[in-house]
Amino acid sequence: MLKYKDLLGLRNITKEEIDEILETAIPMKDIIKRDIKKVPTLRGKSMATLFFENSTRTKSSFEIAAKYLSADCTNLAVSTSSVQKGETLIDTAKTLEVMGIELFVMRHGASGAPHFLGRNTKARIVNAGDGMNEHPTQGLLDMYTMKDKKGDLSNLTVTILGDVAHSRVARSNIWGLIKYGTKVRVVAPETLIPVELQKMGVEVYTDVDKALKGTDVVNVLRLQKERQSSGLLPSLSEYNKFWGLTEKRLELLNSDAIIMHPGPMNRGVEIMPEVYENPNSVVDEQVTNGVAVRMAILFLMMGGKGSEDIN
Amino acid sequence: MKILIKGGKIIDPKNSVEGIYDLLIEDGKIKEIGDNIATDSQDIEIIDASGKLVFPGLIDMHVHLREPGLEHKETIQTGLQAAAKGGFTTVACMPNTKPAIDDRTIVEALDRKARGEKINLKVIGAATKNIDTDQLTEMGDLKEAGIVAISNDGKPVKNAYITRRVLEYAKQFDLILIEHCEDESLANGGFIHEGYYSTILGLKGIPRESEDLIVARDIALAQMTDAKVHIAHISSKNSVELVREGKRKGIKVTAEVTPQHLVLTDAAVEGFDTSTKINPPLRSEEDRIALIEGLQDGTIDIIATDHAPHARYEKEVEYAYAPFGAVGLETALALINTKLVKEGVISYSQLVGKMANRPGEIFKLGGDLSIGSNADVIVFDPDKKWTVDPDKFYSMGKNTPFKGWELEGEVVHTICKGEFALKDGKVTE
Repeated sequence: MLKYKDLLGLRNITKEEIDEILETAIPMKDIIKRDIKKVPTLRGKSMATLFFENSTRTKSSFEIAAKYLSADCTNLAVSTSSVQKGETLIDTAKTLEVMGIELFVMRHGASGAPHFLGRNTKARIVNAGDGMNEHPTQGLLDMYTMKDKKGDLSNLTVTILGDVAHSRVARSNIWGLIKYGTKVRVVAPETLIPVELQKMGVEVYTDVDKALKGTDVVNVLRLQKERQSSGLLPSLSEYNKFWGLTEKRLELLNSDAIIMHPGPMNRGVEIMPEVYENPNSVVDEQVTNGVAVRMAILFLMMGGKGSEDIN
Repeated sequence: MKILIKGGKIIDPKNSVEGIYDLLIEDGKIKEIGDNIATDSQDIEIIDASGKLVFPGLIDMHVHLREPGLEHKETIQTGLQAAAKGGFTTVACMPNTKPAIDDRTIVEALDRKARGEKINLKVIGAATKNIDTDQLTEMGDLKEAGIVAISNDGKPVKNAYITRRVLEYAKQFDLILIEHCEDESLANGGFIHEGYYSTILGLKGIPRESEDLIVARDIALAQMTDAKVHIAHISSKNSVELVREGKRKGIKVTAEVTPQHLVLTDAAVEGFDTSTKINPPLRSEEDRIALIEGLQDGTIDIIATDHAPHARYEKEVEYAYAPFGAVGLETALALINTKLVKEGVISYSQLVGKMANRPGEIFKLGGDLSIGSNADVIVFDPDKKWTVDPDKFYSMGKNTPFKGWELEGEVVHTICKGEFALKDGKVTE
């Protein structure tokens, strides 16, 4: 069982909690593959997605996870409605809470926003990405995928390639993986590496070829295109030339290393289309695993006591 | 009315006084300090201060009292009550109000508002019109109206050229520029210290070099113009070194530090409590240590609170959206007592130097117990334990990062101009 009311990040949960989530996700994945993709486990449970930033895949992933478990899920695209009328985050959540919502899945552009809301609502919160802080469910689905494909996380070398400075995905991956003793490397242009990053327990590189050598997993981060207009990068083509994951660079990886990307991809920028199409690319499977991991989280936070309970 | 404070330990390094004496106040002035002052008069109030410390009333050169225009955050009245509670008999309010304090009429209006209050209010005028402009304020006229310094606090003076002209012009009227040192282009919208915590929390950082650049600029310009510059709320280790070097060269630079920067680091931001969002931001442990060293060796002249009250609803938002600032008047002395004096970092004599004598000297505001001077005196119980409870603050601002902290030391009496502003721990009517 999760120790805290809210799932805010992978920094402040234990390895045992992560293990439980990942183990619970295994039978969940079976449900997705069934002909009838629905179990009654969370029937009568009420949750809402609160997305203050645009998102297609994370939001639908949670929504689908809720549906497969028979929970009722309300979707609020808050970015366009009440916030513009001056309604505060607390007011929005409070309103839904008193209507009976037990769990919020929340995405917000400000780091710490779900922590703040968590202190102000009795409902449970799943952080679906807060600013540049954490994106724990993405971190978990990445770990699930790595474990599924490569086995024991403690033996792996994982390289995170790209805009770490602005990436909540990178932070959640790092916090989660270092708990298992995974060797984590980070590689990006100096301008996209936050200060004192190595203190998180990772190896920091600017030379992509050095970083990729001997890697079992490469997790490529999306590059926001506006980075080039804010003094961080000269151009997307220069980025692609020096930091993009190309077929040629795949040769540096360990044999049967896997290629991951949290999506959506900028083909020709951080990743080449042929790399995505490579047999060792697990990008699509990550998406499926995302539903399974989110089902596990919803189940553990709103439903049963353990993984044996789902059937 | 006379007040006789008996048997307290009086500490006033300015006059080389440190020992158990009586202190007699008569007609609002300090009449006598000595052993066993006789009490033959009828009209006299006798205060037993045995076991207590007696200091000159503290001076805070950096408070935001939010008038005019921002009275939902604080008023002159509530701010001065908070000052009395904290042992401050003189506070100087910053001009970043609405409108800014950039005109004689506003200074006069504030003086009128403070007239009925027991604590001394001093006003700091803006350096340029409406704060962030190229037009100098009428510093001569403002000085005649009573301002004690100039500052664009909240922002630095716009650029090097305007700063040069401000310094040259202010010098004629013997006004010190109190500078908020922040290169805004390097800060680039950041709001916590750029370091390990900004990295792991994904909050935008302000590098310490943002402060260093403006400290260096202003020291160079103070040298060029032979004018006086006072560095507000210094927070960076490099800036401490720049001030130290400037002083060594004889440049007229002084500096202040806040209790929060002396006691906390950016680690306090974890948990996203918006009362830790201040500008300059709480910095790293190495910066904090450098600030303490600067305080000890005299590089940093004074302690000032940067008391910055906000309404609850303004701070109860996402971290990124909260305004900068924390209140400080009612916790400053106890924090310095608990975290610096009791831990052997500075002495009581240094405390009085940093919080009364030296600000008094720099800004010509008294701040000592010289015979014949205005009777601004506090009686302090250094061992009284209490828990910080913002709901009990006199200040309207409850935004303190020290909520729930156990502190030692409480002001028992605050006497200003010979009258009780705080008696037995309570603000007088």
